[in-house]
Amino acid sequence: MNNSYVINLQQIKKIYDMGGAEEVQALRGVSVQIGKNEYVAIMGPSGSGKSTLMNIIGCLDTPTSGLYEFNSINVSEMNDNQLAKVRNKEIGFVFQTFNLLARSNALHNVELPLIYAGVSSAERKRLAHEALEHVGLGDRVHHKPNELSGGQRQRVAVARALVNRPSILLADEPTGNLDSKTGDEIMVLFEELHTQGNTIILVTHEEYIAEHAHRIIRLRDGMIEADEIVKNRKSITTE
Amino acid sequence: MYFFFEVKEGLRIAFRAIRANKMRSVLTTLGIVIGIVSVTLMATAIEGVDRAFEKSASAFGSKVLYIQKFPWVGHDDWWKFRNRRDMKLEYATVVSHQATLVDAVAPSVVTMKDARFGSRTMLSTFITGTTYQYQEASGTTINDGRFFSSEESDGGRPVCVIGANVAETLFPSIDPIEQTIKVGGFPYKVLAVLEKQVGLFGMFTADNRIFVPINSFMNQFGSRRDVLISARVRKGVDIEEAKEELRGIMRKARHLAPAQEDDFNINEQEMLTQVFGTITAVIACIGFFITGLSLFVGGIGIMNIMYVSVTERTKEIGIRKAIGARRRTILFQFLVEAALICLIGGIIGLMIAYPLSLIADQILPTAMPFSVVIISLLVSLFVGVNSGFLPAFKASKLDPVDALRYE
Repeated sequence: MNNSYVINLQQIKKIYDMGGAEEVQALRGVSVQIGKNEYVAIMGPSGSGKSTLMNIIGCLDTPTSGLYEFNSINVSEMNDNQLAKVRNKEIGFVFQTFNLLARSNALHNVELPLIYAGVSSAERKRLAHEALEHVGLGDRVHHKPNELSGGQRQRVAVARALVNRPSILLADEPTGNLDSKTGDEIMVLFEELHTQGNTIILVTHEEYIAEHAHRIIRLRDGMIEADEIVKNRKSITTE
Repeated sequence: MYFFFEVKEGLRIAFRAIRANKMRSVLTTLGIVIGIVSVTLMATAIEGVDRAFEKSASAFGSKVLYIQKFPWVGHDDWWKFRNRRDMKLEYATVVSHQATLVDAVAPSVVTMKDARFGSRTMLSTFITGTTYQYQEASGTTINDGRFFSSEESDGGRPVCVIGANVAETLFPSIDPIEQTIKVGGFPYKVLAVLEKQVGLFGMFTADNRIFVPINSFMNQFGSRRDVLISARVRKGVDIEEAKEELRGIMRKARHLAPAQEDDFNINEQEMLTQVFGTITAVIACIGFFITGLSLFVGGIGIMNIMYVSVTERTKEIGIRKAIGARRRTILFQFLVEAALICLIGGIIGLMIAYPLSLIADQILPTAMPFSVVIISLLVSLFVGVNSGFLPAFKASKLDPVDALRYE
């Protein structure tokens, strides 16, 4: 049974050394398992350690102690290059501030993970086009981020996150910089992606957003406060 | 394959970054441009000096040996050479009879006299007394007229051959041939004017000399003089062998016991070339050091701007890392950018330096050696990679979490 988890965290601790005797315990032993095709929201007030947890799940950071298995492979002791490869192939990031390259058009932004994966130019173009069409931006391929609306930018970011067919989609406050209408549109997109079989992990502090997920993990002071299945799931579909 | 992607992506990013900050790129590149211009012009100047020397040295003839009391180089023991017995005229006869490896032997003696034609005077001109074989033995070329014959030189006829500068000074407007000039008060008929030699040795070239038959010289200007014997090595004969033969003949003529060291020197052009080679090497070292400094300063400029660039693009680096760029990829990206700026600087520098070298060619015959073009491009690449390395390394080491948070 253990083998079917995409993410398996065991007693993850993260301690930041603030210099001198001061240290901050951001995570005090977190154990979570997330299976394939789950739709999980990680919630918590600021300072609860949810960003730290997201960074560790996203392989941007390594835990001070504890075990982290990604698809049954121990990533908690990987070096920088190995982590870069995991990020490239297995994790698709969607950020609150979109984090697109400002000087590159949508197509090149989406191509970027494929470049680092070493995919040939023609194949890259094809896959990037496909991904952009998938998020409904087939006609905005050559626009630069500043020529796109917030919602469109986030769609480009989602296309970029999905283009390498990662094991998980990791979204950090994906609607935080969007008005509620476009935010809803993004949530609809996530819903669709989940239906198509993607594993989605959503980090947010908004109850309203988190309720779209099937499972909510609540963090407080670096510990899991609650891990619950959403009963009255808000199902939004395109109106 | 992966490497190829990295190069391509690196170049693409670099071009975009350079275009995005035009003014900054231009100013940074300027440092490299100035560096490359000064280094390549230095190289061109040194090439010019080398060529001028080669031309001057060729006046001595590469296959001519000069038997003298003094060596041409290394005068550390001047008195020893000074006190040697004088070279006598008859040695020339001995050499020309006995030596088999040389085909022209000419003695020459020198003094300084005023030369006069009409109202025009050339003060303290070098007067060389020699034989008809001198022209062959020294390899000088006659522009107009002929050298004196063996009869004229043996008979001590009042004829002379003058150097190009002498002709210019005494005969600014008329043809000197067949004119009679006064040398130290004695009349001499001009037979020929030598081809202009020009060179670094100025007054020592034949340009400022008047050649007269050695017997006339002895009669009129005195016979107790130190003689220089010039001997041309036969074609196809090794110069060292010829030197050895002459040395044997001279030792015998000078009655030296086997244990005694030579009390004469056999000089050749090669000796000057060697000394000169050392001098130019020193000049080149100093020159390249100084001009190299400007290139170094240019490199510091690149390093500075790359640091700025890394800081400005911290967020971008974070995004790239989150998406899967490895350390090496980021390092490479910034190295390519620095190298590209420098390479562009190098190319612009060469485009400026080349026309300047053509102008320099008017003053000192020279040309920008092709090797300099290649080397300076490699050097600018090297400077770029070197000054880009630290900033690029800094970028590659950035923590993705911190970099993403950077605003």
